[in-house]
Amino acid sequence: MIQYFKDLFNGIVNLLKGMYITMLNFCRPKVTEQYPENRGKKVYAERFRGELIMPHNEKNEHKCTACGICQMNCPNGTIRIETKQITTEDGKSKKVLDKYFYDLASCTFCGLCSMNCPQKAIVWTNNFEHSVFTREAMRIQLNKEGSKVEEKKAVTSKE
Amino acid sequence: MLELDKLVNLIHEGLTSAMPEMAWLVSLIEYVLIGVAFLAVYCVLALVLIYVERKVCAFFQCRIGPNRVGPFGIFQSIADMVKILLKEIIAITKTDNVLFKLAPFIVLTGSLCTFGALPFGKGLQGIDFNVGVFYLLAISSLGVVGILLAGWASNNKYTLIGAMRSGAQLVSYELSASISILTMVILAGSMQLSTIVEKQADAWFIFQAPLPAFIAFVIYLIAGHAETNRGPFDLPEAESELTAGYHTEYSGIQFGFFYLAEYLNMFIIAGIATTIFLGGWQPFHINAEWASGFNSIMDYIPSWLWFFAKVFALVFLSLWVRWSFPRLRIDQLLKLEWKILMPISLINMLVMAVWVLIF
Repeated sequence: MIQYFKDLFNGIVNLLKGMYITMLNFCRPKVTEQYPENRGKKVYAERFRGELIMPHNEKNEHKCTACGICQMNCPNGTIRIETKQITTEDGKSKKVLDKYFYDLASCTFCGLCSMNCPQKAIVWTNNFEHSVFTREAMRIQLNKEGSKVEEKKAVTSKE
Repeated sequence: MLELDKLVNLIHEGLTSAMPEMAWLVSLIEYVLIGVAFLAVYCVLALVLIYVERKVCAFFQCRIGPNRVGPFGIFQSIADMVKILLKEIIAITKTDNVLFKLAPFIVLTGSLCTFGALPFGKGLQGIDFNVGVFYLLAISSLGVVGILLAGWASNNKYTLIGAMRSGAQLVSYELSASISILTMVILAGSMQLSTIVEKQADAWFIFQAPLPAFIAFVIYLIAGHAETNRGPFDLPEAESELTAGYHTEYSGIQFGFFYLAEYLNMFIIAGIATTIFLGGWQPFHINAEWASGFNSIMDYIPSWLWFFAKVFALVFLSLWVRWSFPRLRIDQLLKLEWKILMPISLINMLVMAVWVLIF
């Protein structure tokens, strides 16, 4: 009989504890993001992988040496590199990047490509608004038209 | 304070002068008008309750809830209503056709009849029986017939299990709900709802006999919560076990009827608890000399506002409970009723009888 009342009392106390916890949650600030309204105000983490880009400097030069490591590392064939052979001023034949294709539709945003890039030529940005009307529009060419590879001045200055 | 008196008298006099020799027709038209008015209030309240439920539920889960249709999403439930009215009613071949179609009406009739007898404000009561409490208890458990019919007629194992659970739950929890209400009838000395409310003018019943009335109040809330098949007692429609319970096979407006009745039952349970324990539409009064100023300030708030404020406070409590506790197992559910609530409410009734004798 004593046990009965003890259990009853314990039960009520525990139920009230539970209700106290839920009331705390009721008063907490809400976590829902109001997406179109908070556009531009929301700060995303720097490591957030939204879109793959290839940064170009002001002389329309990128850092990609067309080594193909990103293409090999990509688990689902999102990246495809087309190269061409050019002859430099001192007469050497050199393989350079012609077109860097990136298929947004099949990208899983794993980040293996940029992680393994020895030149840090491709990086992630926070832009996540990718919606377009056709599948063709999702096949993006990352290097700009007429761009060429950046000369490594840092290496030459060290020597 | 009697807001609708003028309008009602106007309609009555107009109809009587238009048709002086047909008193029966006048009564009939008036009954139909009252019925339509109640039905309209019933539907509007259901929309409000659905919105409140979704918003409160969202807040308990740290979400914002509906906020796109209108400011703060207040038109969300109206949009949902339009959607449900446009839905096709799917005809299922191997059901008991008559009972299948009858069941939602029985559920709705049960809860609408209960709704009609509640005193919403001073002079704002559809019908005032001298056995009002008895009527409320009797008619509010009519809904279980509809639920059982729906479960049986759907010819589906989930609906049948859901209906059986609902039946077992309602039959057992009706006992302690009735006993806790009877406890208050002992204190009130009357079963007429208007008399019960009148007697709480100085102090609500929960303050007149604090110990037994409070225990009865808590027991009534638990039992009433179980009767509405909600919250931790939602076994009849436990979605993880029985898809949707007794209304699995219903669609369109037939499902809408069950939905409506479920939400209004929540309101009705809160309404009965308000009427019997929290003074109905009576304002909050302190029964003392020094508090007369406070009492007269409280009197300025209209009576129907008092009623709805109390009811919505209790509805909020019910939602709070619903979103706090996990669902009970069927044996735990019956154990809670027969081993805990039942004995306590019986003893509580005895305590109340002694209390009334002594004070």
